[in-house]
Amino acid sequence: MASSIRVRATSSGETTEVQALIQHPMDSGFVKDAKGEIIPAHFIQQLTFEYDGKNVFTADWGGGVSKDPYVKFAFKGGKKGDELKISWVDNKGATDTTTAKIQ
Amino acid sequence: MRPRSAIYLASAALALAALTLAGSLPSDAADKIDPVADAKAFRKFFTDKFPKVKLEDFVNGPYSMNEDLYRQWQEKEQFPPYEFSLEMGKEMFSKPFKNGKTYADCFPNGGIGVRQNYPYFDEKEGKVITLELALNRCREANGEAPYSYVRDEMAALTAYMAFTSRGKPMDIKIPNDSRALAAYENGKEYFYTRRGQLNFSCATCHVQSPGERIRAEILAPALGILNAMPIYRSEWSGMGTTSRRFTTCNSQIRGVPFSPQDDEYRNVEYYLSYVSNGLPISGPGARP
Amino acid sequence: MTDVGFSATRRLILQGAGAVALVGLGNLPFLAPALAAANDKYPEEAFKAKSEADAIKALYGKTAEPSDKVKMDAPEIAENGAVVPISVTTTLADVTSISFLVSENPVVLVASYKIPAGTLPNVANRIKMAKTSNVIVVVEAGGKLYSANKEVKVTVGGCGG
Repeated sequence: MASSIRVRATSSGETTEVQALIQHPMDSGFVKDAKGEIIPAHFIQQLTFEYDGKNVFTADWGGGVSKDPYVKFAFKGGKKGDELKISWVDNKGATDTTTAKIQ
Repeated sequence: MRPRSAIYLASAALALAALTLAGSLPSDAADKIDPVADAKAFRKFFTDKFPKVKLEDFVNGPYSMNEDLYRQWQEKEQFPPYEFSLEMGKEMFSKPFKNGKTYADCFPNGGIGVRQNYPYFDEKEGKVITLELALNRCREANGEAPYSYVRDEMAALTAYMAFTSRGKPMDIKIPNDSRALAAYENGKEYFYTRRGQLNFSCATCHVQSPGERIRAEILAPALGILNAMPIYRSEWSGMGTTSRRFTTCNSQIRGVPFSPQDDEYRNVEYYLSYVSNGLPISGPGARP
Repeated sequence: MTDVGFSATRRLILQGAGAVALVGLGNLPFLAPALAAANDKYPEEAFKAKSEADAIKALYGKTAEPSDKVKMDAPEIAENGAVVPISVTTTLADVTSISFLVSENPVVLVASYKIPAGTLPNVANRIKMAKTSNVIVVVEAGGKLYSANKEVKVTVGGCGG
């Protein structure tokens, strides 16, 4: 998978549980490198989850979220085989998006 | 007896004793080296010390020693931080070398589900071969440059191979060969020998004080300690190999580390893995 | 867009104008040019706040009252300040937002989650903690703010220390 986004979405009939793990440095801008220079801030600012054309969850993040960030949430509805769309944008304007099937 | 004769007699006795000890030939030693008894005693020591810990849980190191740490670990294992390294390892493992061959060509069963057999004693070469060493030899045999033993690539490759063996019991063999027994014994000696400015042996922390703290860290028990390798350490914010752990540990006790895959390290890996036979492979693992 | 009519067109134009304005400011490091719709806006000011009170005010414009209906799961001692798993669950109704703050972090607001109708008021995430600190969770429910907090000890700091 070329995407930075990994998703595990499982439907229990009534609700769908979603876990996302994203490959991203999430540099806060407060850490120095081996040379003593600040590693510039580089982190995902917004992460959105869409199901059936509607937003089901939005994460607004700062540099205080761990590297390779993780989030888990659940929403009512969602069926096996349906698709979930996940997108993020970071403070440098980079983006990534992927779709995942609900298991 | 007159003092001078006594002295002569004493020195003669001492000389004889010295000669006998020096003359302790491998054939004598072979009678005394008993890995089976060692493994049994090793296991019993830890299960007696921690009666509430299930045998298979010893492989989880500090997580089996502390409830608060255990819960944090369990939460992260739902979708572990090492996911990306593992994926990278799988890709690397399947990618052919420039000459068209793959890692699968170097290993039994194509390298899948074999991690629990490493390290093994190579009777042709007369030395212990570890998984990391075997991987680099595979690379070199196929015209590729070897990987550093302490960096990401080797960690990712061993992570993937460990993953394919998850759940399988550690299964290290010591052939009936005096050199194999000597290597095993050498590893055991290394494990119990004090070194570095802090004058710690591996046993000082991992046999004497598992579950206790060294500064802010909880110590892992030596039983099953390599079953989780390679490990994603929160401290490293990344995956690290057995070689990395051995060398950094030596530095931490203010000793001069050996080079990765030096005989001492290969032998201690052999010893530690053998005495943990029967416990499941849990790698790639996570650690604080 | 499924709506028809004048109001929909007007809304589209306004959104478009917003997008153009943001693109114009796109060379500022903290702005994400892709965010156009006002109600999905990234709370930039809140992420600059130096205190919990300021962050909460910037996010919600109100203050929170402690509530035992907000249940936080956090460790006693973080294994490592770089990756501290914290989760929250609540029995409060009509939850629209959940936020996580760490009082001793250089940026107090760590994460803020928007919970649309139909999404459960539970979130689990992994955060950085610079040192031993109070972790505060704020839940916006039915237009009001509720909070819970717990001290989490950190021995190995999560900001590279």
